[in-house]
Formats: sequence, C-alpha cells, structure tokens
Amino acid sequence: MEMGWRWDFTYEILPQMAIATLNTILAAGVGYAIALIVGLFFLLAQRTPSKIFNWVNREIVEFIRSTPLLIQLFFVYFVLPQFGITLSAWVCGMITIGLHFGTYMSEVYRGALEGVSKTQWEACRALNFSTIYTYRRIVLPQAFPIAIPGMGNYLVGIFKDTPLLSTIGVAELFHAATAVGGYNYRYLEPYTLVGIIFLTLSIPAAMWVRKLERDVNISQGKIKK
Amino acid sequence: MTYFEFLNEHGITLLLGTVTTVKVLVCSMILYVIISMIFGLMRLSKNPVIQGTATVYIEFFRGTSLLVQLFWAYYVLPFFGISLEAFTAGVVALGLNFGAYGAEIVRAGILAVPKGQWEAAHSLNFTPAKRIKRIIIPQIFPIILPPAANLTVELLKATALVALVTVVDLTFEAKQINSITWLSAQCFGTALLIYYIMARFALVPFLRWLEVLAARKVGKEKI
Repeated sequence: MEMGWRWDFTYEILPQMAIATLNTILAAGVGYAIALIVGLFFLLAQRTPSKIFNWVNREIVEFIRSTPLLIQLFFVYFVLPQFGITLSAWVCGMITIGLHFGTYMSEVYRGALEGVSKTQWEACRALNFSTIYTYRRIVLPQAFPIAIPGMGNYLVGIFKDTPLLSTIGVAELFHAATAVGGYNYRYLEPYTLVGIIFLTLSIPAAMWVRKLERDVNISQGKIKK
Repeated sequence: MTYFEFLNEHGITLLLGTVTTVKVLVCSMILYVIISMIFGLMRLSKNPVIQGTATVYIEFFRGTSLLVQLFWAYYVLPFFGISLEAFTAGVVALGLNFGAYGAEIVRAGILAVPKGQWEAAHSLNFTPAKRIKRIIIPQIFPIILPPAANLTVELLKATALVALVTVVDLTFEAKQINSITWLSAQCFGTALLIYYIMARFALVPFLRWLEVLAARKVGKEKI
C-alpha cells in the first residue's frame, strides 16, 4: 500500500463525495426544520397552566437532552420495527435529530420569550390587548431577534452531528467516505476530504451566525456600531 | 424474556461498559480543562503568532465534526506513523474537540472580570503572571463554571461516540448485546437510562457543588 497523499485517488473520489455532501446538507436542513417545529411543541407544553403536564414535559426534555444522540438513533432505528413500525434510515434519522435538537430549540425559544421585558406585557394588559394580539404584535417581534443567534448555532450544531446518521446507514458524506475508504482500503484521503468539506461549509456558516448576532445586538441597541 | 431476566444476564456487561465510559469521561475531562485553560489564555495574548495559533486551533476543532476527528485520529494517523490505541485516540479527540469549545468559555470568562480588578492589580505593581494567577483566575471560576457544566454534560454524551472506534464502552456493549439477542428496546433503553442517571444524578450535582464552592471562594453566597 502506498503511503502519503495520492492526488489521483482524491480526484477519483471527489464527485462521489460532492454528491454525498448534498445529502448531508439535505439531512441537516430537514432535521433543522423538524427541530424548529418540535421545539415549538415543547415550548407550548412548557407554558400550559397544568403543573403535572409541565413537570412531565420538563422531565422528557431533560431526558432527551442528557442522553447521547447516537443511542437515541439506535433506539429509534432498532426498536420501532419491533412494534411493527418499519421506517427507512432516513426517516428515523430525521425524527431523532428533530426530537433531540427540538428540546434544545425549545430552550432557545423560552430564553427569547423571557428576554422580552415584563413591562411590555403589563403595558399590553393596560391597553386591553388580547393575549394573541400581544404575542403577535408586541412580544414575538421582540423575542425573535433574541432567538436568532441560538437558532443559528444549532443549525451549525445539527450540521456537525449529521455524520452520526452514517451509523444507521444514511448515505451522507461520512457514510460515503467510509464506503469509499473500505472499498479501496485507503482512509487518508476520504476522511481528510470530509474534514475539509465540513470546514469549508461550517466556518462561513458560523461566521454568518456571529455577524447576525452582532447585527441583532446593534439593532437592539446593546452595542454600538 | 422479562426485563429482570435481561438485566440478570446482561446487567454486568453493561455495568462494565459503564466503567469504561466513566474512565473515558474522566480522562477527557481532565484533558479538555487543561487545553481550554491554555488556549483560552493564548487567545487573549497580544502576540499575533500565539493568538493566531489559538484561533486556528479553535476554529478547526469547532468547525469539523467530532466523529470525523475521532475517525481521523484512529484510522488516518497511522498513515503518518502515529498509531494510537482506541482508548487513547478517543480521549485525545474528545479532549481536543471540547478543549476548543472550553477555550472560548475561558476567554469569555477572563473578559468578563471587571476592568477595575486588572487596574487595581496593576496599580499594586503585581507582575503580569501574578496578576493572572492571583487576581484574575480565582475570579473567573464563578463565571465560567455554569457554561462549563453544560459543556461537560455534552462531553458525557459525546463519549458514546468512542464506541464507533472500537472502545468497549456502554454504547459498544449495548450494540453488542443488541446484535446477539435482538432485544433492542431492553438494551438501548437500559443504556439510555444509565446515561441519564449518570448525567442527572452524578455529574450535574457534582458540577453544581463545584459552582457553589467557587462562588463561596470569592465571597458570593448566592446561587
């Protein structure tokens, strides 16, 4: 076996890796969309008046947040078929990522809602606005900018956790690299390429999130330009 | 097969895996705390070379996936003549990855110490080393411990990944038992429970205790 970097091999596997990258981006995008919605449900459950419901919801969130995504993936992928629900690896992966990061997302939403000053609520009450109107026109427009940095961070976070999907056989970037590496018995180029592709995608994304955070802070008057 | 029979037969194996998981956790925790201290300080250096090195390190490890780094450490490093044992590769990859996140926490913590403290130390003619060691570092602990606690829980979760580079930890054992018995709900459910108990009833109380201790040390009784 030849040691050292082989450019011809790199060029040979590059098209395959590029296609797999698209799959990774797709997985991250779909997972993120599900997480955004799941987070809303957890948030709603948190804000119901029932104490027992709140407690159950908080325990579920705590449980999902303090157990590894990898085992959750295995659990969903291997256990659901035993109850007669057979889902493809893609669907399982998306459900698990959506649930796992949905709990994180609900915390981001909660923080944002609590970031809106209480006096805003009192002012709306004094003006006799309905609850829905208060949310729609007063609270949410102010909460959303606060949530943006957190939401952006988890987009990057989900993107970096997609390689875990390869363990249940979702054909994303890391899966492709392992397959190519196993076939040719050369892991140096595929894994290094995966690292480079991740860097080139996630560093600009992280920089964009940071810029967004700064813009939000400027628009909120927290820091000066 | 009832759940108790399952536990009777495979409980010991899972517990042995748990011991390995704890070992990985403790080793990588020590490594990541040291790394984040060093790189957090380097990040604040005025020397562009030192600061640049720290920035590149942090951006690199935060920009790529932990799983990729793990596989790189285990499968690619041998190409360069460095063969690490699975356990070592796992701990090193975890430590380096979380060290990058921790360095940012340390940096933010140092910046959050009030400027008056720096100025007071300066006016008392402390040397730069003494200033950092005696005045700044003791004060950053109450600031950095809450985010560091979150990061450490993330670390516990991330230790599950070392199973994929053949470290025989809890996840590895659960997968192994699953492939023998196909009792997926029992073995993965138990593994999830063990991780949950470790995080919720051991790691988090320990970190809270550290927070209280650090707050008390600088004379803040609250929390």
